[in-house]
Amino acid sequence: MKLGSLTGALAAIFGVLTTQAAAAADPVVIGDIDDLSGVYADAQGQGGIEAVNMAIADFGGSVLGRKIVLLTADHQNKPDIGATKFREWADQNGLNMLLGGSNTGVSIAMAKVAAAKKVPFIVIGAGGASLTGADCTPYSVHYAYDTTALANGTASTIVKNGGKSWFFITADYAFGTQLQDAAARVVTANGGKVLGSVRVPLGATDFSSFLLQAQSSGAQVLGLANAGTDFSNSLKGANEFGITKTMKPAALLAFISDIHSLTLQTAQGLYLTTGWYWDLNEETRAFGKRFFAKMHREPTMDQAGAYSATLQYLNAVKAAGSTDSDKVMTELKQAKLNDMFVKNGYIRADGLMVHNMYVMQVKTPAESKYAWDYYKVIKVMPGAEADGTQPDPACTLVKK
Amino acid sequence: MIVFGVPLPAILGQLTLGLVNGSFYALLSLGLAVIFGLLGIVNFAHGAFYMLGAFAAYIGMQAFGVNYWFALILAPLTVAILGIIIERLFLRHLYRLDPLYGLLLTFGIALIAEGIMRDRFGASGKSYPVPHLLRGVFDLGFMVLPIYRAWVVAASLTVCGMTWFLLERTRLGAILRAATENARLVQAFGINVPLIVMGTYGAGVALAALAGVLAAPVVQVSPLMGSSLVIVVFAVVVIGGMGSIFGAVVSGVSLGLIEGFTKVIYPEASNIVVFVIMAVVLIWRPAGLFGKE
Repeated sequence: MKLGSLTGALAAIFGVLTTQAAAAADPVVIGDIDDLSGVYADAQGQGGIEAVNMAIADFGGSVLGRKIVLLTADHQNKPDIGATKFREWADQNGLNMLLGGSNTGVSIAMAKVAAAKKVPFIVIGAGGASLTGADCTPYSVHYAYDTTALANGTASTIVKNGGKSWFFITADYAFGTQLQDAAARVVTANGGKVLGSVRVPLGATDFSSFLLQAQSSGAQVLGLANAGTDFSNSLKGANEFGITKTMKPAALLAFISDIHSLTLQTAQGLYLTTGWYWDLNEETRAFGKRFFAKMHREPTMDQAGAYSATLQYLNAVKAAGSTDSDKVMTELKQAKLNDMFVKNGYIRADGLMVHNMYVMQVKTPAESKYAWDYYKVIKVMPGAEADGTQPDPACTLVKK
Repeated sequence: MIVFGVPLPAILGQLTLGLVNGSFYALLSLGLAVIFGLLGIVNFAHGAFYMLGAFAAYIGMQAFGVNYWFALILAPLTVAILGIIIERLFLRHLYRLDPLYGLLLTFGIALIAEGIMRDRFGASGKSYPVPHLLRGVFDLGFMVLPIYRAWVVAASLTVCGMTWFLLERTRLGAILRAATENARLVQAFGINVPLIVMGTYGAGVALAALAGVLAAPVVQVSPLMGSSLVIVVFAVVVIGGMGSIFGAVVSGVSLGLIEGFTKVIYPEASNIVVFVIMAVVLIWRPAGLFGKE
């Protein structure tokens, strides 16, 4: 008993000592919570972690004389897991900034934690525009792309090319419905019509029933308001059932990893909108080459975005001379962002990072000249065109 | 003609697709039912073996130029060998224990298999082409049915029929069934029971892999393709009656049809309708529709 209490006391002292030691070193802690094992794991996932590590290394591994460390976790596409992990890191690990991966549902839950814990939260992989609208917080930044920009890119291009009537196959959660709403608004604003839609549970194994419903609607355009394997499987099905002969498929969100796994044979001719492409210029190609050496695939826009966001956050910390959340957020929101991902980007009051978006068309196998040569640029959309000039009035941060 | 606010041709189309998916469920649940019925193992790795079957076909084509038709034989064979190795190394130690141990072990194996394939091939998976002979569509009037889907129905139902015949109408089947009833007595007749058990597990795994090869041309060959399906297939087996071959096939096909119908009436519920039916069936008949009480 005596011995037991002695060890207990020693352990307690040791605990205090180690905490103090940790406080002295006090690293800058960056977290990354993403889908590392599920349907979206290729969009950002391990490649995203690698990109963040590259950014930390490029920055020199430390800022303000403090070491930079990265924590990672798999949210398994479950909002409760994402939010709990975020809260735990904020309370126990001295988290200074969180990068959010794919899945809008999870990101909305994590945004609430960001507001409560006052920790900067940079959303990369999630698309839902409500993150800078109804779900905005003073600490959120929406970095790589959002559903509004996707709709303004892909949907308006297709409507203007004559695709007037639409049928949507939509992932049945926050991301899919926001994407469909945004695209439907663009379609009707440009004189098109939405003939119908069907909401499909995430990760459905077979899309043929839904495709058949789309076909019988008689619409000209098959709007795919889904992502990842759901997108691939619906497009494959559309090809198999001969639907692509009568309807034009529109990829409202497709990553280069999806196109790679579908192959150009299946994906050729698709229009899509992206925030970044590895083969845009010398800088992007150089990043692509470094990334490829590590991951054996070209980076997606999310992975490039995760690199850029980490770098820009660290720049802001350096400029602010502090990791204090409010100081860093002020610094971030007044900075001009320039790196291989973004040119003259800036962060709006509602948290949206405004930057160029690219409307792409997937090349045919004959047009593709080398490995990963998948897109041709149809149009470069300046940020103001992609997302409008006005912040979303649904965001409480915006002065009305 | 309008049924439930949906035009008849649309209903017919959806029912046809339901039949396609149903025959798929039947083939997958068949392997599960065989393994549970004869070994008492709740094989949670079934979805992983299905996924590995599809990947075996893909790798065979990429690395060795094995075409679809050979893959139909070779992929199940390769995966069955893997299954047999797992049975010899791990599973056989669990037969005398609570079924929970087998469930946990096979679940762990499934996670490992998925993890390895994800690391190697990525989560978005790979594309496998439809074989030349089966490209094109049948125009049924109310819908176009890809020839490949018709082939899946024919192949699945044939394999189900053959398996049923083998188990219920042949001497080998009689030995298998006897071995599950009383292994020691069968052993006393000079029959090598461990060999039979090993072969049965291999055969069940081969059925899953065969379903994987059949699925490869129509869905993205991805590490997660099995995990979403295995839960549904378990529900199918539970509804049919754990271990009942006939029950697995009948409930597989009928649940495919019901699910197809749900996709027209209320698509949002299409991924839970099977589980609602499972709950109702279990309340009414705890051993499943065709299970022995």
